[in-house]
Amino acid sequence: MSTPHPTRTAIHKSALDAVKKRKPRVPLLHQPRIQRVVYPALVGLILLALWQGTVTALELPPYLVPSPLLMFETLVADWTPLSLSLWVTVKITLLSFGAATVTGVLISFLFVQSKLIETALFPYAVLLQVTPIVAVAPLIIIWVKDPMGSMVICAALVALFPIISNTTLGLRSIEPDLQSYFKLNRATRWQTLVRLRIPSALPYFFGGLRISGGLALIGAVVAEFVAGTGGTGAGLAYQILQAGFQLNIPRMFAALLLISLTGVGLFALMTWLSSAALAGWHASEHAQD
Amino acid sequence: MTLAKPPSRSTAMPPPPAVEVLSAEKTYPNGTQALLAVDLTIQEGEFVTLLGPSGCGKSTLLKMVAGLLEPTDGRLHLWRKPVAQLEQSSKKMAFVFQSPTLMPWASVQTNVRLPLDLAGMARKDADARVAEALALVGLSKFATVLPRALSGGMQMRVSIARGLVTEPDLLLMDEPFGALDEITRHKLDADLLDLWRKKKLTVIFVTHSIHEAVFLSTRVVMMAARPGRVVEDFCIDEPYPRTADFMVSPEFSRHAKQLQDSLLRASVNSEEALL
Repeated sequence: MSTPHPTRTAIHKSALDAVKKRKPRVPLLHQPRIQRVVYPALVGLILLALWQGTVTALELPPYLVPSPLLMFETLVADWTPLSLSLWVTVKITLLSFGAATVTGVLISFLFVQSKLIETALFPYAVLLQVTPIVAVAPLIIIWVKDPMGSMVICAALVALFPIISNTTLGLRSIEPDLQSYFKLNRATRWQTLVRLRIPSALPYFFGGLRISGGLALIGAVVAEFVAGTGGTGAGLAYQILQAGFQLNIPRMFAALLLISLTGVGLFALMTWLSSAALAGWHASEHAQD
Repeated sequence: MTLAKPPSRSTAMPPPPAVEVLSAEKTYPNGTQALLAVDLTIQEGEFVTLLGPSGCGKSTLLKMVAGLLEPTDGRLHLWRKPVAQLEQSSKKMAFVFQSPTLMPWASVQTNVRLPLDLAGMARKDADARVAEALALVGLSKFATVLPRALSGGMQMRVSIARGLVTEPDLLLMDEPFGALDEITRHKLDADLLDLWRKKKLTVIFVTHSIHEAVFLSTRVVMMAARPGRVVEDFCIDEPYPRTADFMVSPEFSRHAKQLQDSLLRASVNSEEALL
């Protein structure tokens, strides 16, 4: 214990408590949270301005490269058909993403039950990954009558592999001593899975989700292209195809913008989910502080 | 004349030894001899330290006692029962690893409650025990924080609390304070001695620090490397409680010197074996 300085009168505790602890003030632009939004937004604005400037200066016709302003105008003008298509694409993406997550996790649980099962089945998971979906999609569309169902299956196949490989790796990445501890306490297989393997796997699992979210969207768009469904069930890919046929390039750009935004939104959602689930304990969430 | 009564068994029989290592040896499949046949008997209430250079098989021996490793030959008994059958008796064993080995996603109290949860104890009873164990290691205030908010020494305390929460009879510790700074280590050594006396534990403690061995133990088993084996057995017959004063006493130095010489001999032999 340190003794108070002899020349100083001791400060009463209540006085110390009464003083509000001040947080050091950080300028808004120095806060990482703000930086993460402001800096990319600035780059985006600059790029848009350059694009607009180039199109105006070189007088590029809109059927080659529309200006960003025209793109936004089209987006507003054609909002009704575009938003309907957006909903279709988002629906396919989310359904396939969900299906891929559930299936992927179940397959990973199966894989970690024994090395034999994994050795026997893993090459087929790889096979699934390396076979181009465009090549398989026509088959699936023939086999599955419901166009929505077939597109969901196609997209799920694309999104499946990262979830399987990441979750399997995560379920195996247990600290050896902690595993010994569970063994010493005669933990059952189920207890080890629930209390040790699943929590250890979460960071890897969320890493897989972030990749798979994007892949599900890509899978959905590819499936739509191959299926070529028009009418009310038409997704954004169909809008792009149609706009291409009609040389309605501004609309094509508007649809493209919506697809990109969906992807970014999905990624942001997964990042948020990941940090909410791992908050506080995993190193990956602390590096950002 | 009447026949003398035979002495009644219950009072005359000494309590069974806590640990019996009966010519247990360990050879790895690649032919490396981690441990030559060891014979060792540890009575209830002893504080035995396994001391030796790295590679002498002290951790191997400890893990065999815990049942984490199977001996290639020989047997190990705890209270005269094979290690694997310990759960059938009323005796309990706990193991504290070199690192805290806590679950980073779980709070301090959840970590400490783990062995009770695994054994299926009711939440209410378990929580009372956890509070008691945390109080023993002086961490009651930190029950709800995550391990990463604690210092290395505090994490080790949590690990010890997790070991004590099952109220073990035998506590096995594998270089538990090896990674900590000296001041923290002394503090934890002293706390451990308190717990050992209070709880009447039997402790097997692995270390490569001579001073730690002398300070803690009733008995030091010296081991040598290449191949790993037990070479000498020392009794540290100094009274408890042992305080910081004990560490500067002539008796302490005498024991330390004795162990130092023995450790040197053990190391020399292993170098010869290398040549």
